[in-house]
Amino acid sequence: MVDLTINTDVAHQILVGFIKSEVTRVGYSRAVINLSGGLDSAIACVLAVDALGAENVFALRLPYRTSSPDSLEHAQLIIDEFKIKSETIDITQMVDPLIKRDPNMSNQRKGNIMARARMIALYDQTEVFKGLPIGTSNKTEILLGYSTLWGDMASAINPIGDLYKTQIRQLARAVNVPAPIIDKPPSADLWVGQTDEGELGFTYNDVDQLLYLLVDQRYSPQECVEEGFNEKFVTSVITRIRRNQFKRMMPPIAKLSNRTIGYDFLYLRDWGT
Amino acid sequence: MKLNLSLAQIATKLGDVEANLEKHITYIKQAKTQKADLLVFPELSLTGYVLQDLVASVAHKPTEDDPIFKHLLKASRDLDLVVGFVDEDSRHRFYIASAYLSAGTVMHVHHKVYLPTYGLFDEGRFFAWGDSIRSFDTRFGRVGMLICEDFWHASPPYLLWLDGADIMLFSSASPGRGLTDKEKLESARWVERVSKAYASMFTSFVAHCNRVGFEDGLLFWGGATVNDPNGELLAQGPYFEESLITTKLDLNQIRRTRARLPLLRDERTALVQKELDRILSRG
Repeated sequence: MVDLTINTDVAHQILVGFIKSEVTRVGYSRAVINLSGGLDSAIACVLAVDALGAENVFALRLPYRTSSPDSLEHAQLIIDEFKIKSETIDITQMVDPLIKRDPNMSNQRKGNIMARARMIALYDQTEVFKGLPIGTSNKTEILLGYSTLWGDMASAINPIGDLYKTQIRQLARAVNVPAPIIDKPPSADLWVGQTDEGELGFTYNDVDQLLYLLVDQRYSPQECVEEGFNEKFVTSVITRIRRNQFKRMMPPIAKLSNRTIGYDFLYLRDWGT
Repeated sequence: MKLNLSLAQIATKLGDVEANLEKHITYIKQAKTQKADLLVFPELSLTGYVLQDLVASVAHKPTEDDPIFKHLLKASRDLDLVVGFVDEDSRHRFYIASAYLSAGTVMHVHHKVYLPTYGLFDEGRFFAWGDSIRSFDTRFGRVGMLICEDFWHASPPYLLWLDGADIMLFSSASPGRGLTDKEKLESARWVERVSKAYASMFTSFVAHCNRVGFEDGLLFWGGATVNDPNGELLAQGPYFEESLITTKLDLNQIRRTRARLPLLRDERTALVQKELDRILSRG
């Protein structure tokens, strides 16, 4: 059993400091978050409240007509518990005209359209509320590529992208995220009955331990098998990590000049701040 | 003899030397109110750490006619200063550097000898490697300065010790990493462990000043420490927050410790040299 226990006090202190620093140093004082009703956006929201104050956090609930009613209710639990401003925008009218053009559209295509429609609503509201959009992708899904490029991955800063899903659960308990949100099966809720673990074909508990050995501890695939992980599972996860590298990068620019963005024009985002 | 030592664990503005100078002046004033004799700033305290392509534009020379150093040299008439900066030599090589300023003059400049270029670090891509490790005399005795990765290697503190340093001043811009179930990050535990070990093994004062603040996703963890020649922790700054830590060093402790524990007297440097010669000539 690989131990993924984190000190939640230290994690909370660092992540709250991160949000505060990275929002305020570029001249903002507010944050906007797509509050899906799931665990990741709940924890990002609570961290933003602790960093910036409840009055400076704006939560968006963005249901589609097939979204689970639980998702809306669970998002409301956070809004009520932490007393933050919110708005609900039904994305059905945004999404359906595109979906209706193709009667054979796959669930994956529909889900990607929804995720990107939510991104548009999020970025639009950042203009209204004068806040930065806070990312809600965790380390597990970023490594596995279990997310929509330019959709739910889009944000200005991501406080939770270096925490595995199982570590997010630990932090959620420590910062009093309501139990129904922590206990329910994780789901992108893009179609009825969808669950992360059902779609991925393995549990977060298992894959987080494997990812921790492969990525954090630099174990070789063979060493992971020797630790007791199924060889096919190890191979499939490594393939997923490799094939989704494109989602973790800005698009490469073809080099022509002596100085090219991304290769030899190198500055941090915090340049001059 | 007493030395009132201040460590300023500050956050910096990335690439904004003038704003960082202002913060230095603020902390110098504050240290003066605490009657500090010596104030140490972290690695690259005048520039920020992840400089990348900013390196050439933030470089300064530690001279009286430099628009940044003239203020610091003036301030050093009241108390000694260690500041971190990008040094540019006459042939336009850029170094991560620490300058020791006292009574309006530059007493010593150390160029970082070990540039970490692995993991999250990329210093060797942007900076030239320093090539000397020297102790130097101050009004408090002989001192040695090292910068971050320099003291992750055992040889630089050892060389400073043999070169006469009784006070070692370490400065860092150490990004926090290694979150586990423990109360301290792995990077903090490592640096605290070796600082204490050097103080113990070299029966010397070892002060470490690490910066705080974020640069993109990197958090510098602060936690400045002072260990005495017995390896006992005299003072520690908070993690993650800007702070000025001032503590009085009783320099006579060096004599008392070495009278009890003559590790320096018994160090067999000729044996070290002989064995190093053998090991290095082994082709």
